[in-house]
Amino acid sequence: MTTTAPPREAPAPPPPARPSAGRRVAGRLLGWWRRLTAMRTAIVLLFLLALAAVPGSLLPQRSLSQTNVRQYFADHPDLAPVLDRLYLFDVFSSPWFAAVYLLLFISLIGCVVPRAVEHARALRAAPPPAPRNLLRLPDSGEVATPLAPVAALDVVEEELRVRRYRVVRRGDDLSAEKGYLKETGNLLFHLSLIALLLGLAGGKLWGYEGSILVTEGDGFCNSFQQYDTYSAGPLIDTGDLSPTCVTLENFEAEYEPDLTASSFTADIRYGGPNEEGRPTTIGVNDPLRSAGDRLYVTGHGFSPEFSVTLPDGQVFEKISVPFLPSDPQTMASEGALKLPDVGGDTQLALEGFFAPTGLVQGGVLTSIDPRPLDPRVAVVAYQGYLGLDSGIPQSVYSLDASQIERGRLVEAGAANLSVGESMTLEDGTVITFSGFQEFAAMQYSHDPGQVWVLVSAIALLTGLLGLLLLRRERVFARAAPAPDGGGTVLTLASLTRGSGESAPRFAALTDDLRAALAARTSPLPEVSPRDS
Amino acid sequence: MTPDQSLLDLSDTFFSIAVALYSVALVAFCAQLAFGRRPERARELVGAGGVPAVVGDDGVADGTADRGAQRRAQRWGSLAIAVTVLAALAHAGVLVCRALALDRLPWGNMYEFATAVVLVSVVAYVVLALRSQALRHIGVFVLAPVVLGMVGIGLFLYVEGAPLVAALRSAWLGIHVTAAILGFGIFLVSGIASVLYLVRSKDEAKPAEERGSGFVARLPESSVLDRLAHRTAVFGFPIWTFAVIAGAIWAESAWGRFWGWDPKETWSFIAWVVYAGYLHARTTAGWRGRPAAWVNVVGLMVMIFNLTFVNLVSSGLHSYGGK
Ligand code: HEM
Repeated sequence: MTTTAPPREAPAPPPPARPSAGRRVAGRLLGWWRRLTAMRTAIVLLFLLALAAVPGSLLPQRSLSQTNVRQYFADHPDLAPVLDRLYLFDVFSSPWFAAVYLLLFISLIGCVVPRAVEHARALRAAPPPAPRNLLRLPDSGEVATPLAPVAALDVVEEELRVRRYRVVRRGDDLSAEKGYLKETGNLLFHLSLIALLLGLAGGKLWGYEGSILVTEGDGFCNSFQQYDTYSAGPLIDTGDLSPTCVTLENFEAEYEPDLTASSFTADIRYGGPNEEGRPTTIGVNDPLRSAGDRLYVTGHGFSPEFSVTLPDGQVFEKISVPFLPSDPQTMASEGALKLPDVGGDTQLALEGFFAPTGLVQGGVLTSIDPRPLDPRVAVVAYQGYLGLDSGIPQSVYSLDASQIERGRLVEAGAANLSVGESMTLEDGTVITFSGFQEFAAMQYSHDPGQVWVLVSAIALLTGLLGLLLLRRERVFARAAPAPDGGGTVLTLASLTRGSGESAPRFAALTDDLRAALAARTSPLPEVSPRDS
Repeated sequence: MTPDQSLLDLSDTFFSIAVALYSVALVAFCAQLAFGRRPERARELVGAGGVPAVVGDDGVADGTADRGAQRRAQRWGSLAIAVTVLAALAHAGVLVCRALALDRLPWGNMYEFATAVVLVSVVAYVVLALRSQALRHIGVFVLAPVVLGMVGIGLFLYVEGAPLVAALRSAWLGIHVTAAILGFGIFLVSGIASVLYLVRSKDEAKPAEERGSGFVARLPESSVLDRLAHRTAVFGFPIWTFAVIAGAIWAESAWGRFWGWDPKETWSFIAWVVYAGYLHARTTAGWRGRPAAWVNVVGLMVMIFNLTFVNLVSSGLHSYGGK
């Protein structure tokens, strides 16, 4: 228990030295600074930080899912803009979240740096003098010995040195201290927090991340134009992206008998542009790491393939588009195929549902197996105006429902198709489900702060263990001649900071000292077992 | 591989046995409280509680009290601990059988995770109670949440044993999740101790004649509870820190970033910050005692929220879920 230690407030740092600027300003600044760097403030700021993180988990966040945020806007058209103005959809990059953690870190620096200086001094300094009244300390007691004062203190000093105390004698007083590592751990822990924050910030400023769906046989190069979505730190220069190109040669998903997915692997080639590239395999939990960049497979899915024959005999072969899995268990997937350039005035679009292993019951197609054993699609064909050039961005995975509502896109047929089957629209257009391809969702990431963060985290944990597990102990002894004239009365006391109960430890130490003193006074001293 | 169905059934049987035995232990702990004599005020003024176990760690009776009742209470207490140990063995059997049947670590879904967390709490409590007599008196308050928790887990979280999904097939499952289970289980004990501390210290603050006479009087002294809460939190905090760090390392290879404020990550962070706040509060003037204990209770609520609401309601990348 730390009850023995006096309450420790943050030591006040020296005032910002400005001799002529007026004492009152300096005094007030000093007051603020003291208040900011006090532990009480730190506790309040810790709570604010915890509290500030809460909305980030309860409201949809742009950094996690743009789609969910858009959905929230659609569901709460009045509330959402207000929340947005308060940065509640970007909590973790909001100014107020930053304000809380920056204040906390300023408080931390103001608290820890003076302590580090003090600690550096303490490491070299001798243990402090013994307090005047040792018996006031909660752990204290007296031991009588026939030895002379100096000889008695010699024994105590030897015993304490064996226990790795640093010992200093001042006349009839003795002070000893050990456990400096606890404070070192404390400082390491708190300073690592700062290092960790710097690492995080560096990663955000100079890092980037791009995702893309790649069909088997296709590839991409690391550039922001190619990614479906990307995010980049403000200090990243497009010229800085490492010139890597990746080709997906084969994608494999394996399943347990109960259809739990057991592994996803992608055979890829990677290298510079126009190089043949090195082959490798990446998978779940097993990304490619090269030169500070990482490449992941984050998902997979199917791209059904269609051919369209127009009434005038024009044929479009093998048009395919990725359908996004809506149920990862069965890989039932949904998507849309938009053909703005097919058939002159009327544009053509398909919206559909893909089942790798389909089962049609009562005209409704469902998927019963994630493996492509019997792929089927349920498609609805639309004709009319897609609204692609209206200037409003559209999802590539679905049709613009407002165009259908307004009657600009009109349903022209619907069917469930197996591979090779066709449907014919009223105007004679023939749509054939000709097969499918598999695609992998890939993510390319670069985070230069990552290793720094890892090292800081390890330092943090090390410091924490030292801080929590070690004890800092001071032992004092004072020798005084015994009142009856024969021998010495030793007053012993100890002061412990840190976990653990100090009383039993003090009792054990006292017993050991008593035994050692007794060993010295016995008329025929045996070889002391403690002589080192 | 195909799971061994008979072992899975055995695991479910063990679950029922564990719940039944915990209930028996709970009754025995209640009996211990009921038979233990209430401290008499006169003696309390001298500074010794009437129930010796409350005062000394060795349960030495104070001579004048009727030893019969105390011995009976102690016998109930020992019986309760013994049954708790048996229950914990059955409880461990739930996980061991699952592990053998499925040939994997038995923390691949929320049912298994929550079951393991409760087991850690029970083991932590038994270890503490064996070392300190005083803590046997809080058995009821540990076992009651345990029984409730187990029933809830059995009713709402139960899933059939199944192989792990691909994302969980990593050595980090063993490292990250094990640490999270340990940390969580220990924080549970810490939180219960702080709740009891709050109850007890409120009672102690009253003048002697207004003090509660029921179970409150039989709780260990508030300083014992406070120390228990602090020591367990100090033990749990580095473990939880490690769990979060290991989770980040795993996320880096599994999800493409080491930290992304996924709801589960966010709440683990919140819990970490709250427990750091607790450790600070314990050493800061003005926060010691009841305010600090409240912080620990908030920490407990955050942990429980993280296990229940975040897993079941919000959609994140963590593939634990009800199903
Ligand atoms: C990110 C925020 C912080 C975290 C997570 C954190 C965490 C911790 C932890 C876990 C301890 C150990 C408590 C114990 O000894 O039981 C501790 C101790 C300490 N912290 Fe912090 N801390 C933070 C910020 C601060 C700040 C801002 C200050 C200064 C105002 C501060 C000053 C101290 C001091 C002086 C101790 C030593 C207490 C003692 O040894 O008795 N910490 N901190």
